[in-house]
Amino acid sequence: MQYIEQLLFVIVLGVAIYFFIKKVKQIRRNIFLGKDEIINDQKAERWKVMAKVALGQSKMVVRPVAGFFHILIYIGFVLINIEVLEILIDGVAGTHRSLSFLGSIYNTAIGFFEILAVLVLIACVVFLARRFIVKIPRFHSPEMKGWATKDATYILVIEIVLMVALLKMNAVDQLLQVRGADHYIAAGSFPVSQYLTGLFSNYDTSTLVVLERVFWWFHILGILFFLNYVPYSKHLHIFLAFPNTWYSRLSPSGEFQNMPEITNEVNMMLDPSKADPNMPPPEKFGVNDVTDLSWKNLLDAYSCTECGRCTSSCPANITGKKLSPRKIMMDTRDRAEELGKAKDKNGSDYHDGKSLHDLISQEELLACTTCNACVEACPININPVEIIFGMRQYQTLEKSAMPSEWAMMNNNIENNQAPWQFSPTDRANWSKEI
Amino acid sequence: MSEQISVPTVAELVAKGEKPDVLFWVGCAGSFDERAQKVTKAFVKILHHVGLKYAILGTEESCTGDPAKRAGNEFLFQMQAMANIATLNAYRISKIVTTCPHCFNTLKNEYPSLGGNYDVIHHTQLLQELIDEGKLTFGKESFKGRKITYHDSCYLGRANGVYDAPRKILEALDAELVEMKRCRKNGLCCGAGGAQMFKDAEQGNKEINIERTEEAIETGAEIISANCPFCTTMIRDGVKHAEKEDKVEVLDLAELVAQAKEL
Repeated sequence: MQYIEQLLFVIVLGVAIYFFIKKVKQIRRNIFLGKDEIINDQKAERWKVMAKVALGQSKMVVRPVAGFFHILIYIGFVLINIEVLEILIDGVAGTHRSLSFLGSIYNTAIGFFEILAVLVLIACVVFLARRFIVKIPRFHSPEMKGWATKDATYILVIEIVLMVALLKMNAVDQLLQVRGADHYIAAGSFPVSQYLTGLFSNYDTSTLVVLERVFWWFHILGILFFLNYVPYSKHLHIFLAFPNTWYSRLSPSGEFQNMPEITNEVNMMLDPSKADPNMPPPEKFGVNDVTDLSWKNLLDAYSCTECGRCTSSCPANITGKKLSPRKIMMDTRDRAEELGKAKDKNGSDYHDGKSLHDLISQEELLACTTCNACVEACPININPVEIIFGMRQYQTLEKSAMPSEWAMMNNNIENNQAPWQFSPTDRANWSKEI
Repeated sequence: MSEQISVPTVAELVAKGEKPDVLFWVGCAGSFDERAQKVTKAFVKILHHVGLKYAILGTEESCTGDPAKRAGNEFLFQMQAMANIATLNAYRISKIVTTCPHCFNTLKNEYPSLGGNYDVIHHTQLLQELIDEGKLTFGKESFKGRKITYHDSCYLGRANGVYDAPRKILEALDAELVEMKRCRKNGLCCGAGGAQMFKDAEQGNKEINIERTEEAIETGAEIISANCPFCTTMIRDGVKHAEKEDKVEVLDLAELVAQAKEL
C-alpha cells in the first residue's frame, strides 16, 4: 500500500510537470512570434529595477490597500511553497514531515506558515469583497466581462481552498501526533490549527489517518492543478513579473523609437550618400499583427494580470472614451494565443490572415494622448503605448486612415513647416513686437 | 517696457563671425499661437535681462515633426527631423533651450539617433539654473503667499522626469504651491498630447481638459501655472468652460518670472 501511494505520487507529479512544461514552451513560442529585439544593456540597472519593482513591489504599494493585501498573498505564496519541498520529499520517499530533523527551526517555520495561511486567507476574502461587494470600478470595465472576471474569482477561491486544506491537514496531523499514531512523529507547531482539532477529535485513529492522507493529497493535487492553471490564466504574472521588469524600457518614456527602415528611405531622398542601397525596401510599416510587435510587447501581454490600474489612470478612459490600455494588453495576448494555435494546427509558416486590428479599433487607437500614465501606473512596467503607437503607424502609413484634421495637419507641416496654416516667412514676426 | 529688444538670429550672429551660447528653439506654437507668443516674449525678455548670448533660427526653424510622429506619420517626422538637423549641424549648435516640452522631448530623445546630438533643456530648467546661480533674484514680493498650483505636462514630467525645476521656480517666487491630487508622476494629461491638439477628441462623456481644469480649480489656486503651450491652451479653455476667467489665471512659468521681475 505504502509503495503504491509513492508510485502514484511520482506518476501524478510527472504528469503535472509534463503538462506544465509543454504549456510553458508554447507560451515561449508565442512570445517569440514577436520581432527580435536585443535588450541586454545596463545590466546592473536592470537587476535593480527587477529587485525594486518585482521583488520589492514598489509600484504595488502606490495604492496602499491593494498593495498591503497583495504583499500578504505574495509573501504567503513564496514562503508557504517552501513547505511544498517537504511534501515532494515525503511523497516520493514515503516519509512524513521529513524536514522535522531541523528541530526548532522547523517548528517555528510550520507555525509561521500557519499564520501566513490565515493572512493569505484574509487577503483573498478582502480581494473578493473589493470585486463583488465594494465593486471597485476598474474590475467592472467592459473588457472584464466573462472569462476575465471568472479567472480572477477562480484564483482567489483556489487559494482560499488550498489554505483551508493546509490548516485542516495540520489539525488532523496534530491529533495523530498526540495519540502517538504510528508514523506520525511529533513535529511542528500549530498556532492556528490547534483551534481546528475539535472538528476531528471524535474520530478514531484509523479514520484520522485516512483524513490526514485525504487532506495531504488534496493539498498537493491542488498545488499541481494550480501550477497547470496558471499558464492559462492572467495569474502568469507570478512568474513573468520578474523577467518583464528586467526587460523594462529604460529610456525616457517620451522617446518613441525611430523606424530605421524609414530613415533609410528618407536618406535616399535627402542624402543618398548616407543611405544603405542594399537594405531591402520594408514590407510594411507599423504594426498589423502580433508578429510586427517586439517580443517584449508580447512578454508584456502575457505578464499582464488585468488589475486595471492602467485603465483607471488613462485620461481617455477616465473621460468615457473607448480606449482601455488593459484591453490593449488582453487583446494582444488573445491574438498571440489565437495565432499560436493556428500555427500548431497548420505549421509554423502558417498565418491565419487575421490581425490585431480585428480586435482593436481605430477609435481606441486614436484616443491615446501618449501621456504614459498607463506605463507609470503598471506595477510591473508593462507598456501599452508602444502597441497603440505601432498600430497607429500602421493605420497612418499603410492605410492612410486618419482623421481629416490630421491629414490637414500633416499637409501644413509639409508645406508650411508648422502644423497650422501660417506662412513660414511669418515665423519670427513675434520678435518684431517686443 | 521701454527698451526695444532686438532678437538675434543665428544667421545674423554667424555673419558677424559669432555663435550663440544657447539656441532658443521657439517652436510652432511659440511662433504663431497668439497666447503662446506671450510666453515666447516673456522668455526672451528674461534671456535679455540676464544677458545670455542667445539666438533664434527665425525663418530657418521648422516643426520638429513631433505631431506628425505621434499621429503615426513617421515618414514626415523623419523628413522634418533630418532637415532641422542639417540646419542645426551646419550652425554647429551645441545647446538648445525651448519653451515647448514636445519640442524638448523630440530634440532631446528622438534626434540623436538621426544624427542630431545637442544638449537640450526646457526653459524651466534654464530658469532654475539662473535662479541657483544667483543671476535671477526676486526682491519684490509680488507672489508672496499667493496660491499657485502647477500642472505637470506629460512630456516634461513623466516622459523626461523633470518635476523639481518648475517647482523650485515657484519656491523662489515665494508663492504658496498648492498641489493637485494627481501631480508629478501621477499628473493627469491636459488632453492635447499625442497630436490630440490637432483633432477633435473621440466620443466620451467629458473632455479631458475639463476634468483636469476642475481638479486645478478645486485647489483654490488663483493661478494655474504650466510649462507647455498646449497645456496652457487646454486649461485656459477649461477655465472658460467653468466660467472662472475672472478668478483664475493660467500662466506659463516664464510669464510668472517676467511678471515678478517687471519685465
